Amino acid sequence: MTSLFIKSIKFLVGGAFIVVLLIALYGSVRGVIKEPPAETAEHAMHKHPEELKLASDGPFGKFDRAQLQRGFLVYKDVCSTCHSLNLVSFRNLKDLGYSEAEVKKIAKDWGTKQPVFDEKGGTWGERDNVPSDRFPKVYYPGTGTPPDLSLITKARHDGAAYVHSLLTGYDKKPSAEALAKFPEFAKTPDGMHFNPYFANLNIAMPPPLTQDGQVQYSDGTRATVDQMSKDVSAFLVWTAEPTLETRRQAGFAVLGFLIFAAFLTYGAYRSVWAGVKH
Amino acid sequence: MAIEADLAGPENPRRRDYLQYAAVSVAAVGAGVVVLPLVNSMNPSADVLAQSTTEVDLSKIEPGMAIKTSFRKQPLFVRNLTPAEIAAADAVPVSSLRDPQTLEQRTAKDHTNWLITLGVCTHLGCVPLGAGEGENRGPFGGYFCPCHGSAYDTAGRIRQGPAPKNLEVPKYNINGAIAVVG
Amino acid sequence: MSFPWAKHYEPKNPVMQWVDSRLPLPRFVYNAVGAGYPVPRNLNYWWNFGVLAGVALVCQLITGIVLAMHFHSSAAGAFESVNVGIMRDVNAGWFLRFAHANGASMFFVVIYIHMFRGLYYGSYKAPREMVWLLGVVIFLLLMATAFMGYVLPWGQMSFWGAQVITGFFSAIPVAGDWIRVWLLGGYAPDDAALNRFFSLHYLLPFVIAGAVILHIWALHIPGSSNPTGVEVKGEQDTVPFHPYYTAKDGLGVVVFLILFSVLIFFAPDYLGHPDNYIPANPLSTPAHIVPEWYFWPFYAILRAFTADFILPAKLWGVLAMFGSILLLFFLPWLDKSPVRSGAYRPMYKVAFWVLVFDVLVLGYCGGSPAEPLYVIVSQIAAAYYFAHFLIIVPIISSIETPKPLPGSITEAVLAKTGA
Repeated sequence: MTSLFIKSIKFLVGGAFIVVLLIALYGSVRGVIKEPPAETAEHAMHKHPEELKLASDGPFGKFDRAQLQRGFLVYKDVCSTCHSLNLVSFRNLKDLGYSEAEVKKIAKDWGTKQPVFDEKGGTWGERDNVPSDRFPKVYYPGTGTPPDLSLITKARHDGAAYVHSLLTGYDKKPSAEALAKFPEFAKTPDGMHFNPYFANLNIAMPPPLTQDGQVQYSDGTRATVDQMSKDVSAFLVWTAEPTLETRRQAGFAVLGFLIFAAFLTYGAYRSVWAGVKH
Repeated sequence: MAIEADLAGPENPRRRDYLQYAAVSVAAVGAGVVVLPLVNSMNPSADVLAQSTTEVDLSKIEPGMAIKTSFRKQPLFVRNLTPAEIAAADAVPVSSLRDPQTLEQRTAKDHTNWLITLGVCTHLGCVPLGAGEGENRGPFGGYFCPCHGSAYDTAGRIRQGPAPKNLEVPKYNINGAIAVVG
Repeated sequence: MSFPWAKHYEPKNPVMQWVDSRLPLPRFVYNAVGAGYPVPRNLNYWWNFGVLAGVALVCQLITGIVLAMHFHSSAAGAFESVNVGIMRDVNAGWFLRFAHANGASMFFVVIYIHMFRGLYYGSYKAPREMVWLLGVVIFLLLMATAFMGYVLPWGQMSFWGAQVITGFFSAIPVAGDWIRVWLLGGYAPDDAALNRFFSLHYLLPFVIAGAVILHIWALHIPGSSNPTGVEVKGEQDTVPFHPYYTAKDGLGVVVFLILFSVLIFFAPDYLGHPDNYIPANPLSTPAHIVPEWYFWPFYAILRAFTADFILPAKLWGVLAMFGSILLLFFLPWLDKSPVRSGAYRPMYKVAFWVLVFDVLVLGYCGGSPAEPLYVIVSQIAAAYYFAHFLIIVPIISSIETPKPLPGSITEAVLAKTGA
């Protein structure tokens, strides 16, 4: 009797899990049939980012330094009002092709200053930025919490393409068909803006790039809204991983070595096993 | 054994050895190369290397006074020498010194009264006394390291005790009343 | 124990003789992974994965020890120390970080293949039960280590992963909530949790290394199994581990490193989740929280239990998730078939491949959002998972007629190579 119980314990345990799963399955199937999942507004209106091609794409991609500099200008003149870039230091800008003196000047002239605590007086003051400083934090009093942009192209699916589509997506309004299903989207709540590329569809950020020439480019590139958003997207790919090019270069060297090693070890393996049937 | 019978085939043993040695050598090279980034990662990182220069306001340091500040997380002594101290430093025959240097070599041109040195004893890295008010300046009127008794003179040169070298002078420029160190 | 024909360590070098007679470590290594360990001559490439798991462990230990030199384990500083300090400022820090993060994935790829190899070829059966049991222990330790490591960068997924996984323990009746608070050292993941996770994440790999030594020791008692499942009968069935399998494993290691390098240098974020590049925010949960890919099958089992039946659904889910791994401890006694290798077991072979497919389906569902369709599929797949181990395999092992086994390993090899 006891041994029969021990022998069948596996069936009892397995059976218990399976029965509970079947009960759960019955519940889920019934739920789906009785109340088919309703289409959500996100499902009806959310758009995937449009494809964006950048010089840094692909295993052989390299940053387009001129574009990164333009993108930095867009960040400086437009985004930096609300968005910080706190994981990046001013000294990193040398990677974009700025000289030491230019970096010093950019840091010194930066609108937001570095906070300094005066130990003796117990008060907060501020000082100019220097190249070794990180881009200062930005405190934004309005609605919404503008995220730090340093890692934004890594922190969102489709990275740069998402940033570019979001910046240029404000004029895309919901279709009449979608509005008929979700009439609440006919009027965007106060202080919000409809953008089909944003996960929640309504975004607190007003359209930041609105007219051509909003940023003064000095290299002759026409500063259209599309161009500016492309440039700033490319810049934010760089801020997210300034070591991107080094990484790929190292990768080719390592792979080359390993493929050479693979041929050798294969030869060694064949020679060791030569004549041994296996 | 059967395997050994298998092995006694027409295979050229020299080519075989060569391939195996080559494979092992390549593995050794690979392992060696992998160690480089691991070791290199322990060198000072970019943010440490980029640490900003230190600015010192000289206007508040009276002759005979010294202040202690910090440069790259190390103590920095800035001392305004009195004419008597300068004279005492210049009076020492350079050839008699353990680390022969003149005061002129250790100060900026036209600013011989500003002795700017790291406050790190060249023996084993203690902070010598003498920069703070009322501290023991040692037998030579400069700095005195209490750890092992090294005494420095008014040019920050080692005169007595176990330290091998003079106190290190960092790179700096003096612009008016501001010294920019680094 | 070893086979009587195993070679004996006879050092010619006087230094080695001197060392060996005082501390027989050279002899130990020689007998463990050298010419003194006779191994079946017919092992296929699936047998490479044990050594590869060892290589993955060593890679993780080395990169991990160096990374720990640069990591700040505090809720305020962890994200920055990883994403600024290590990724931008430390020399080659990006390499260390990507190698460590992707090394965890490679480790699990290797371990899963190693486990499925054991399942297919019946490597868990007598006399190798202890090897299998220790292997399951290593797998559990590995999962705990990987989970705690994923918390350390203190991104959104780190934080919410810690929240959700410690939440499992609150399913325990009566003491559950107290246990969870004790595990976290607070009411939500914060400095206390992060610091203890860091401490344990540093400790556990060394415990794993110890368990690996026991695993290999237990393996050396009966010797390695082989694709026929027929035990070694004589000297002609084996070759010395060195140079035969050192050469073959060397090739395996290089191929492993090639795939590993492709991940590190060309797709370092492919297996990660974008949300972990957002600093932890205790006030906002990401829309879809999923664990790392290697936990997806178990996550799907957890989420499949949606109905209260005697016990609350949450407790069922947690029990089933842990049960799905713990039942592996009983596998040597659930599968009573005297034949080891799936190659000679027509019914088991089918069940095995269905299980592989089933686990892949569970993984896919576990990585997808908790929408009704995925939940339904995971409920079916989870039921099959338990049925496989607790019902199908025990029944197959008593009703199946195995194919005739070869007389010996050598006979099988000669039949295959047509000599």
